[in-house]
Amino acid sequence: MTTTIYVPCDTTALSLGADRVAQQLQQAAAQQNVGIRLVRNGSRGLFWLEPLVEVQTPYGRVAYGPVEPDQVEELVAAGLFEGNPDHPLYLGDIVQHSYLQRQQRLTFARIGITDPVCIEDYIAHGGFAGVKKAAALTPQGIVDEVKASGLRGRGGAAFPAGIKWQTVLNEPQNQQKYVVCNADEGDSGTFADRLVMECDPYMLIEGMTIAGLAVGATLGFIYVRSEYLLSKKMLDEAIRRAEALGYLGDNVCGNGRTFRLEVRLGAGAYICGEETSLLESLEGKRGLVRSKPPLPAIKGLFGQPTVVNNVLSLAAVPYIMAHGGKAYADYGMGRSLGTLPIQLAGNIKQGGLIELAFGVTLRKVLEDFGDGTFTGRPMKAVQVGGPLMAYMPESQWDTPMDYEAFAKLGAGIGHGGVVVFDDTVDMGEQARFAMEFCSVESCGKCTPCRIGSVRGVEVIDRIRAGDNRDNNLMLLEELCDTMVDGSLCAMGGMTPFPVQSVMKYFPEDLMASPRPVEA
Amino acid sequence: MHMSESADHKTAPMMAPATGDWSPDMIRQEVAHLQHQPGALLPILHAIQGRIGYVPEGAVPIIAEMLQQTRADIHGVISFYHHFRTRQSGSNVLEVCRAEACQARGGRALERYVQEKLGVGYHETTADNEFTLEPVYCLGNCACGPSIRVNDEIIGRVTPQKFDQLADKLTTSVLQLK
Repeated sequence: MTTTIYVPCDTTALSLGADRVAQQLQQAAAQQNVGIRLVRNGSRGLFWLEPLVEVQTPYGRVAYGPVEPDQVEELVAAGLFEGNPDHPLYLGDIVQHSYLQRQQRLTFARIGITDPVCIEDYIAHGGFAGVKKAAALTPQGIVDEVKASGLRGRGGAAFPAGIKWQTVLNEPQNQQKYVVCNADEGDSGTFADRLVMECDPYMLIEGMTIAGLAVGATLGFIYVRSEYLLSKKMLDEAIRRAEALGYLGDNVCGNGRTFRLEVRLGAGAYICGEETSLLESLEGKRGLVRSKPPLPAIKGLFGQPTVVNNVLSLAAVPYIMAHGGKAYADYGMGRSLGTLPIQLAGNIKQGGLIELAFGVTLRKVLEDFGDGTFTGRPMKAVQVGGPLMAYMPESQWDTPMDYEAFAKLGAGIGHGGVVVFDDTVDMGEQARFAMEFCSVESCGKCTPCRIGSVRGVEVIDRIRAGDNRDNNLMLLEELCDTMVDGSLCAMGGMTPFPVQSVMKYFPEDLMASPRPVEA
Repeated sequence: MHMSESADHKTAPMMAPATGDWSPDMIRQEVAHLQHQPGALLPILHAIQGRIGYVPEGAVPIIAEMLQQTRADIHGVISFYHHFRTRQSGSNVLEVCRAEACQARGGRALERYVQEKLGVGYHETTADNEFTLEPVYCLGNCACGPSIRVNDEIIGRVTPQKFDQLADKLTTSVLQLK
């Protein structure tokens, strides 16, 4: 009898030794003459448990984790191949884990269960149901369904996806249109795009195909950051297989329409996550931000009407088409409808992917899921939404995860990353880093961003050195205002947000001398 | 009309003294293979760097001529993106994540440790040519930091001890400790 064993193959599992765990399992099986079928599944997103090994038993899948490569021998001796529960790493059926039970996984329903590039697995778990429905609808019918879902851009700007699609659909049909997927996931603390691409790539392919059918685009590009080589590899293979089975190509799902996909690699430039910079980069140019208007929906890639959506926006679409826009809109609150894939990261004991309906408070995410900091010390600040967003003090943690509620505080949800810091953090250093990061990654087109960020670092250094502090604080305030009001895009326009939040909520750190960092 | 028209192929190797690791024909092959794609320049630069390890200065006029763009255009793109390098790296490219989620888990101390251990700063190569050290802003491994990338492998929860083991494994000779 052959036993099926699952060892995840996503970047996080690999970064903690999953390949070596898989090798050790195969060796142990060979030595014991046990027949095993090793499946490299995606990660379930419970990262503190990676590498999470699952064994198929007559009673279902049972899990062990986190498994270090040198623990495999001992685990096998304790009966891992039989799913024996007598081991401290035994977790039982991982689906019953409270971390998963408390989630509402619509987009991430399949991750960790399937082999990411196995198209049969994808189909067996509801894959391609959305595109099949879309293929039977008119383009307007598809756009209407996305509008009904209330889906807003998950990249950070939260622009209604249906309206963007409508704009591209409304452009004359006798021209080339494109669908571009922004997979330049550069925000620290985020990894949901990566999980989609590495663990369920057909979902993104399906979402983009639906977008293509909706707006009349025949070609799509996925712009993947160069740090995500595994994502590119998974997508390339998935695209090849989807083409072979007619889910991409000249006759999508047998409806006679054409849609093809190509993966392009970025080259290490954070600014290329800004949509117009991304389009320049795709055209083979420096990633300089374009002025808007014209909107990319009207003049986008190579001057043609283009849908530019984030991975998570496009990945939400198959569910919306398969189950109806209303089913998706039943989740969430206010104008933030559907689910938000929250990525809990930084100094946290139980970091991972948490998909929840909008409206849950930040504190609930930290407490119900995080289980305290990794270091065991009290939490001091949380940065939600990436490096361009505010640091939130504890007094703000009861805010519901809702675009408007966060905006009211001068904070933002961005791409859903939540980075936790313990009480040893030097918030003055965090403010300085925000400016430094902008000086490294600014595209250089507009002055407030290019020069302002360099001056920002200098002024913060002077404040921290006690040099003419009051005047320099005033100068920093003015500099932040200039950058917010005068920058061409969000890079310079939002870099001041983390700085201003430190000035407002953690002034004592900003005034103090920098703490030495010990190697 | 194009600056590149004045660049004949014979002059290219003279601009960057031949180190024996590339030839103009290699560049021409990579460009010819990809130049018909829309927006071909980034794929071309990736292909050249993938093959040679960097984008030689002498490749610029060749690419410019074949794509009918100016040398300034090509140079501008190469210099814009952090990923593209114009010199050969050490045997291993080591990237240390400097971004917030790793900072929250001791990333700054790890950065300091790695620099002291290797005796180099960012964008520098160790004297024995084993490591080129680069900063990186997020590897997407944010719940298990601090993270580093060595060549194409990402490693999480890196401690000084774990880094030492890795460095020892990768170096053929013993590292000089400061």
